[in-house]
Amino acid sequence: MGDAEIIPIGTRGRPGRGTGKAPSSAARSLASGGAGSKGASGRPAQRRTSEEAAEPTAPQATDGAQADRADRADQAQPPSAPAGTPVPERPAARTRDRHAGGIPAADLMAAFHVAAREVFGEEWEVQLARFLAFLRRRVTGSYVVDEYGFDQEITQRFFMAALRPIAQKWFRIEVRGIENIPTDGGALVVSNHSGTVPIDGLMTMVSIHDHAGRFLRPLGADLVFRLPIVSTMARKGGATLACNEDAERMLRGGELVGVWPEGFKGIGKPYAERYKLQRFGRGGFVSAAIRTGVPIVPLSVVGAEEIYPLIGNLPSLARLLGVPYIPITPTFPLLGPLGLVPLPSKWLLEFGEPIRTDDYDEGAADDPMLVFNVTDQVRETIQQTLYTLLMQRESVFR
Amino acid sequence: MGKVVLVTGVSRDLGRTFARSLAGDPGVDRVIGVDVVPPRGDVGDVSFIRADIRNPVIAKVIAKEDVDTVVHMSVIATPGTAGGRNTMKELNVIGTMQLLAACQRATSLQHLVVKSTTTVYGASNRDPAMFTEDMQPRRAPRSGYAKDVAEIESYVRGFARRRPDVRVTTLRCANVLGPAVVSPLTSYLRLPVVPTVIGYDARLQVLHEQDLYGVLQHAVREEVAGTFNVAGDGILMLSQALRRLQRPTVPMPGLAIGRLGNVLRQARVADFSPEQLSFLTYGRGVDTTRMRTQLGFEPTMTTAEAFADFATTLTPTGGRAERVLATLSQALPDPDEPVLEAVAGAEGAELAAGPRAVPAHGAPGGAEHG
Repeated sequence: MGDAEIIPIGTRGRPGRGTGKAPSSAARSLASGGAGSKGASGRPAQRRTSEEAAEPTAPQATDGAQADRADRADQAQPPSAPAGTPVPERPAARTRDRHAGGIPAADLMAAFHVAAREVFGEEWEVQLARFLAFLRRRVTGSYVVDEYGFDQEITQRFFMAALRPIAQKWFRIEVRGIENIPTDGGALVVSNHSGTVPIDGLMTMVSIHDHAGRFLRPLGADLVFRLPIVSTMARKGGATLACNEDAERMLRGGELVGVWPEGFKGIGKPYAERYKLQRFGRGGFVSAAIRTGVPIVPLSVVGAEEIYPLIGNLPSLARLLGVPYIPITPTFPLLGPLGLVPLPSKWLLEFGEPIRTDDYDEGAADDPMLVFNVTDQVRETIQQTLYTLLMQRESVFR
Repeated sequence: MGKVVLVTGVSRDLGRTFARSLAGDPGVDRVIGVDVVPPRGDVGDVSFIRADIRNPVIAKVIAKEDVDTVVHMSVIATPGTAGGRNTMKELNVIGTMQLLAACQRATSLQHLVVKSTTTVYGASNRDPAMFTEDMQPRRAPRSGYAKDVAEIESYVRGFARRRPDVRVTTLRCANVLGPAVVSPLTSYLRLPVVPTVIGYDARLQVLHEQDLYGVLQHAVREEVAGTFNVAGDGILMLSQALRRLQRPTVPMPGLAIGRLGNVLRQARVADFSPEQLSFLTYGRGVDTTRMRTQLGFEPTMTTAEAFADFATTLTPTGGRAERVLATLSQALPDPDEPVLEAVAGAEGAELAAGPRAVPAHGAPGGAEHG
């Protein structure tokens, strides 16, 4: 920088920038012939001769767009020529050999290679090509969704990838009894529901996907499908509405369906009532399983109760907004958005032994007493497993 | 002896084209087209009778021509073409009532085919994924096309009770898509920039135009009574469909779309009726098992194929991102090829990697700067 010449910037005391009467000298020198082309007065042209020292320095500002600058200089030349000021052609070499702020193309390429290798590994070209192919599929819409709107590609590549670190690192989920999930064919996973926000459903989805290699198709409340964004993500992630028609349709189609029969009563219960199962709906899930003859896999989730300890509720505001509850936790809304970070409790997921439903005779699904009995059996199994798991747990966070 | 078929609503393109193709059917002797205004194009062998189905003249036509099959297609979806909502309602509901009254009197009548629509199921957040024919809409429609169709279907059911000797086929067709079709959905998709409801992605299931003619002709020929959902296989999400059509989208809140819809309706560009808006918010899917098993009809095109066919007539207004990605990926090796290579044998990996590396390194550099 020793040979850098001093470039005068500013108006040098004359009215200039901001007055609106005349452009600043810096602007004039940058625009070179722009002012002269208007031909409004001879003044700019005259001044240029006096300020010739400043004028040619303008092209030094950056070196990135040399070609662009040259173009602009070409355009500027003809109008300034009639003004009678032969602007000396700047030797282009001057700007070229400076390299100020510019990274040579070779360096850029090398950096790109290193970065690509860092992100995609040794076979980065192939990986990058594969990633581009994925992007193209998304952009052209040439992917497939099933009749419920389940987008397997985005679920696998995006949702699962985003949830996996939370499951493994944040909640350190431990999965037991994964062998109880059938490797194929329809099955109904019935789980307890807790945690103020249904994160347990998402964690169950990613755990089943990673350990059993199957996609869990959750049944969601109609509120889920009323909310913008949430509804889109739910459908793309494989969820559908918790109604008998959809449950039976999915089970007949051989899907692994997840249901949380406690619903909002489960996730919205106060912290004091943790691990106490609520009423299991009306037992609709049992009749759906009996009608389709698929096994019921009870799932007990320990740890989800502690992520957002619900200590209060705003029922009137909730009614106003049309949601089941507005939670108050020790951190929310006290800490604002920071309060949305769940507490890092240690989670245990235990899949119980499947309860068979295929040996009931025809019409068993319409026998309310039988349905209630099976519902109670599932509920008791989950409740007992919860107690056992709680006994085994060292502490909430370990 | 062949059939004598009366087709209502032949002034519009769908009705006219169907009547023409039906006239070519060897099992059909004569096709009579009826409408209040003359058809816009060539009707071929169809004998056109200018009659209003809203007045009793239609009974005379049916009796005089000895009609044995009536295909009712004169249910219109948009007030725009009819000249106001009142006229539309009158044409749809009163027209159907008069037609059914005439049919009830006609002793020669054996078969009635009604083209209904899946709009009767409505669209809401409480919908099951796929509607079967036995399901009811979660919310009864309060206005517009959906209400008209619900009323028409109830009149048709009443007619079926009073004339048990007449086979009544109700075809609930999904939204019809085709290069020549003008409907609320197609004019929406033809907008150069398509507004979508922010935060929602509707599931779409459509029926190709050709399959609509196909199923109506099939129904006339086979005479299977009952109510059937008719739609192409498969589902496309609205966002996905718009990407396939290469249409840029503007997500906006539902209320704003309603307001925009009013402007567009006045400009006669597109129509956003409330049921159209909820359809574009939540979407709808129908179960077509009964169409296959009982009616015995197999659509030739899936939803995706119908969209692809529709796309051929559209000038893409978007798709810049896709072109950029296509250029980029040309510079890279084919992702499917090396997979095979790797599978073929690990011992060959060195051999394969050697010559590949030279041209491939220069290529992405070119893409970088290009």
